[in-house]
Amino acid sequence: MRVERVKLHENGSVARVETAGLHYRELNSILRSLVADGADRIELHGVAGQRYIGTDLDRPVQIEIFGVPGNDLGSFLDGPRVTVHGNAQDGCGNTMNRGTIIVHGMAGDITGLSARGGNIFVRDDVGYRAGVHMKEFGDRRPNLVIGGTAQDFLGEYMAGGVLVALGLTLGKSAHHLARFIGTGMHAGVIFLRGVVEEHQLGKEVGVTQPDEDEEKLLEELVTEYCGYFEVEPAKVLDQPFVKLFPLYLRPYGPLYAPTHRGIEGPVSRWKVK
Amino acid sequence: MKDILNPDNRYKDDKVTDACSLFGMMDVSGRLFSGADTVRAIANMHDRGNGLGGGFAVYGLYPDFADYYALHIMYMGRSAKDKTEVFLKDEFDVVRSEEIPIRTRPGVTNPPGLWRYFVTPRKDPCLVVSDDDLVVDKVMQANTTIPDTFIFSSGKNMGVFKGIGFPEDVADFYRLEDYEGYLWTSHGRFPTNTPGWWGGAHPFNILDWTVVHNGEISSYGINRRYLEMHGYHCTMQTDTEVAAYAVDLLVRRHGLPVSTMATVLASPLWEEVDRMPDEKREMVTALRQAYGGLLLNGPFTLIIAHNGEMIGLTDRIRLRPLSAAVKGDVLFISSEESAITLVCPDIERSWKPRGGEPVVGRLGEPVALPKEWDVQNREAVGR
Amino acid sequence: MTVIKNNPKASHAQSTALPSYHCHMPSYLKPRFRVERSDRRCIRCQGCVEQCSFGAQYYDESADRVEAVDTNCVGCHRCVVFCPTSAIEIRHNPVEYRDNAYWRPEVIEDITRQAETGGVLITGMGNDKPWTSYWDKLCLNASQVTNPSIDPLREPMELRTYLGSKPDQVQIDPATGRLGTRLAPQIMIETPVLFSAMSYGAVSINVHESLARAASMLGTLFNTGEGGLHPKLYRYGGNTIAQVASGRFGVHPEYLDVARVLEIKIGQGAKPGIGGHLPGEKISAEVATTRMIPTGTDALSPAPQHDIYSIEDLSQLIYALKEATNYTKPVSVKIAAVHNSGAIASGIARAGADIIALDGIRGSTGAAPKIIRDNLGIPIEMAIASVDQRLRSEGIRNRVSLVAAGGFRNSGDVTKAIALGVDAVYIGTAALIAMGCTECQACYTGRCAWGITTTDDKLTKRQNPEIAAQRIANLVEAWSHEIKEMLGAMGINAIESLRGNRLHLRGVGLTREEADILGVSLAGE
Repeated sequence: MRVERVKLHENGSVARVETAGLHYRELNSILRSLVADGADRIELHGVAGQRYIGTDLDRPVQIEIFGVPGNDLGSFLDGPRVTVHGNAQDGCGNTMNRGTIIVHGMAGDITGLSARGGNIFVRDDVGYRAGVHMKEFGDRRPNLVIGGTAQDFLGEYMAGGVLVALGLTLGKSAHHLARFIGTGMHAGVIFLRGVVEEHQLGKEVGVTQPDEDEEKLLEELVTEYCGYFEVEPAKVLDQPFVKLFPLYLRPYGPLYAPTHRGIEGPVSRWKVK
Repeated sequence: MKDILNPDNRYKDDKVTDACSLFGMMDVSGRLFSGADTVRAIANMHDRGNGLGGGFAVYGLYPDFADYYALHIMYMGRSAKDKTEVFLKDEFDVVRSEEIPIRTRPGVTNPPGLWRYFVTPRKDPCLVVSDDDLVVDKVMQANTTIPDTFIFSSGKNMGVFKGIGFPEDVADFYRLEDYEGYLWTSHGRFPTNTPGWWGGAHPFNILDWTVVHNGEISSYGINRRYLEMHGYHCTMQTDTEVAAYAVDLLVRRHGLPVSTMATVLASPLWEEVDRMPDEKREMVTALRQAYGGLLLNGPFTLIIAHNGEMIGLTDRIRLRPLSAAVKGDVLFISSEESAITLVCPDIERSWKPRGGEPVVGRLGEPVALPKEWDVQNREAVGR
Repeated sequence: MTVIKNNPKASHAQSTALPSYHCHMPSYLKPRFRVERSDRRCIRCQGCVEQCSFGAQYYDESADRVEAVDTNCVGCHRCVVFCPTSAIEIRHNPVEYRDNAYWRPEVIEDITRQAETGGVLITGMGNDKPWTSYWDKLCLNASQVTNPSIDPLREPMELRTYLGSKPDQVQIDPATGRLGTRLAPQIMIETPVLFSAMSYGAVSINVHESLARAASMLGTLFNTGEGGLHPKLYRYGGNTIAQVASGRFGVHPEYLDVARVLEIKIGQGAKPGIGGHLPGEKISAEVATTRMIPTGTDALSPAPQHDIYSIEDLSQLIYALKEATNYTKPVSVKIAAVHNSGAIASGIARAGADIIALDGIRGSTGAAPKIIRDNLGIPIEMAIASVDQRLRSEGIRNRVSLVAAGGFRNSGDVTKAIALGVDAVYIGTAALIAMGCTECQACYTGRCAWGITTTDDKLTKRQNPEIAAQRIANLVEAWSHEIKEMLGAMGINAIESLRGNRLHLRGVGLTREEADILGVSLAGE
């Protein structure tokens, strides 16, 4: 019966879906069929907690969400561009592959978990463990740009990708409050605008300034961010960024001792002839 | 002694494991409102539960009987009711007794007989004991000795309504649309077995304290033994029961403020403690040394409520979600933010409380926003 | 978008590992093995030098003798097998400390090793401690007189098993007389033996291919483990269980689409509750491509899945996978067998899983801390018994298929497991032994002389997928036939008549409590 409540207006290739009361399974199945029918812009109105929006769509369709979508927004996302006109919940961009997620508000915990590609732009703040285990591979590298700040464990286990926190919500002190930033990080890079103290960083993280190429990358990411959220890029770029990088590619190598006599740990100098 | 956990833990697991959705809503001005929004919000998180438990706690519920303890009782049989009423007559002055109005409906299975009594305990002139302690004692006695009886709500001017089913169905069953309160909490349950017993649903209650809980507390074994040392009987074998007794011990019996209670249950990490100013470090260290056995370790979100106060709290590394929001005098606490915006699209502030930092709504006081907003005047970008 | 050509970190001083805090000191450890060579038989062909990937053999040119470095020998017997004149014997190096039943030589060695390295002792393969094997205390039944046994060589004998969630009841449309119930995805296997999760990276690509091929020859499934699936093996997708683990390595839409079954890995019997660190050395370019990570870094699998901190979160990931594949594939959830497995399994079934995989304390691994491998978890026999019983008590056994893993050595173990209540079993170690593994437990070094747990190109070539697949297929064919023989002996000709049929089991040497947990009577009862 819920499906009957759906008002579907086909206007060229733009579709509008009234999602109030729809379960995610129905909503995603509507999305699948709309995309199969060639819709390239889909507006979802009255969204309230439906999960997994945008999953299993392999085309760069535009999805506009009005309301607060549920957990795992854009999980395994592979191409679509999802814009949330509101806050996003936990797991936004979970294991995302390609595509873009733009959140006009806050995003919850584990934003960008294990993302391998694509871009996530969050206007304000994110919750715990944002960017946890983000990776990169070949030319696929995820970018997670957070306009505000994050809660603890930002970039935990990071194995690739670019994570930027602009600190725009921090006010005068500009002091990020997250603890354990980059704990276990072993690849990728974090750029922070604002103040962060040594004790807030994971022990695997080094601090430096961005180099020229990175400045250029930051300029591009900031400009893109500012374009979405109507912020003046110059105001963001007027302050220097701190760059956090992993000190070790293999942070836990020496933690282990081999049980076999004669083997000097997992680092092997031996080569087969 | 009757083993009242058996109905809910029939396989004798170490404890009953479950997880859930939580929602709480409080008007700090004391304005009474219906449960419609709470029911709608918890129903929106349907997928977080599995239909094997739902419940509500309502405060400001019985203004006409505000000075009496309201006992909500489940009877699994006629003789249970007879025996319990004899017990009640012996131990209490009962000013009113009535059947709790219900409406039978599919999705809510096996309901017991449900009655409520407004009572004051009879004092024993030979004993100096507070009414509260007396009621706790008598409730425990009834629950552990009278077969097929379970008192699941025993506070003043408040009440718990709970059972087996999805929370929205349970609300309908109890005709919650007929009630008003200034504070509502609710729970949708996802237990890992089939509880056939209504008492196992949340909220868990003792006096006017209620707890709804999401997560699994890995420290349960020692928390329980610590509380047993202080005279509590953990008969239900759930994390929620342990949390409720811990709060009762710390706040009611030891007189600690709510923020200190949060420091005990979700202690700061030593690394953080080491950086604190001397005085604070000394206090936090002492709390941890004294109450280490009450540290709730592992993922949890709790909504704890009693007359005049609602507290949301997560574990110290926030392994379970919690969203908070404010609109005027109303404080919302929820597992998911979408449940809040569904019932209040124009919230003024929403935030995710940090692990171990309680969100507190107190009657007659403005809702305290997170500390960082006070000191830094945080503003959303572009607003 | 600017592409940073260099690795963003490369411009800064960076080491590949944390600075070592171990100081170099002479070792007090004695060699575990002694390489004995018959000089009379040795023809100086140096085949053993070539074969030993641990550097335990060398040729002394000046003396024209092949010599051994005993300390380097892991006891894998590769040289023994490949010596054309059977000149080599590997012997235990006797460590004749004063007799002590408690401070055994292994205990002394471990302490010494840790004193010299300050490290967590790491090892490979399964628990080698003498935990009780309940398989060895269970007897199977046979028909005598009152009902006939069946001869599987000439009579039909059905091992076909369907994995997936079964409905509680089937409805027939009264109007059309047709089936009215739509079943959840069901995966047919021809034998109740599947290949356990072993990731590409932990094992070589040729091992992955051998398992994939064997699975396709046998009509069963192999499991990718958590390292993704190499694109060249996509053609075996129909015989593939694609694992989604905490590292999410190689997990992308195509990977999910190509597989037959998806498996969420929560835990592993050899290391319940902890993650994994595939060392950078094992991450070759090909492994990196498959895992979709850069070369040279460690592949760190977090201990938990960071989107699963609770049972309702598991449900969320199960349905994330179902949504991502439009409900076309069963989703399995693999857990290590631990305390309260019954309650956990019940929760998993209610969370929407189609298959529950249980891995017991004897489950193997490519690398795990020894202390974890040997002490965490519970025996698989107990876990099977309690999980199957719990699911039945709650009336939800039909909702899930149950697969067990963790030390299945032969068809007898498999048959007993099915009688205890599983639908199928995973085998890992047995399949590797079929390929040549000798249980030397040096998998974590990446130098496996048998070319199994390595990503080194040359060592990898020691396994020919065609031959290895045939060896594995032979093993499982033989087991399948033996299972049929045992079924026939019990007078059963369909495997579902044995599944959960504990009346065909009797215990020997069990306490009454153990028998009760296993749900079996004692022999003679």
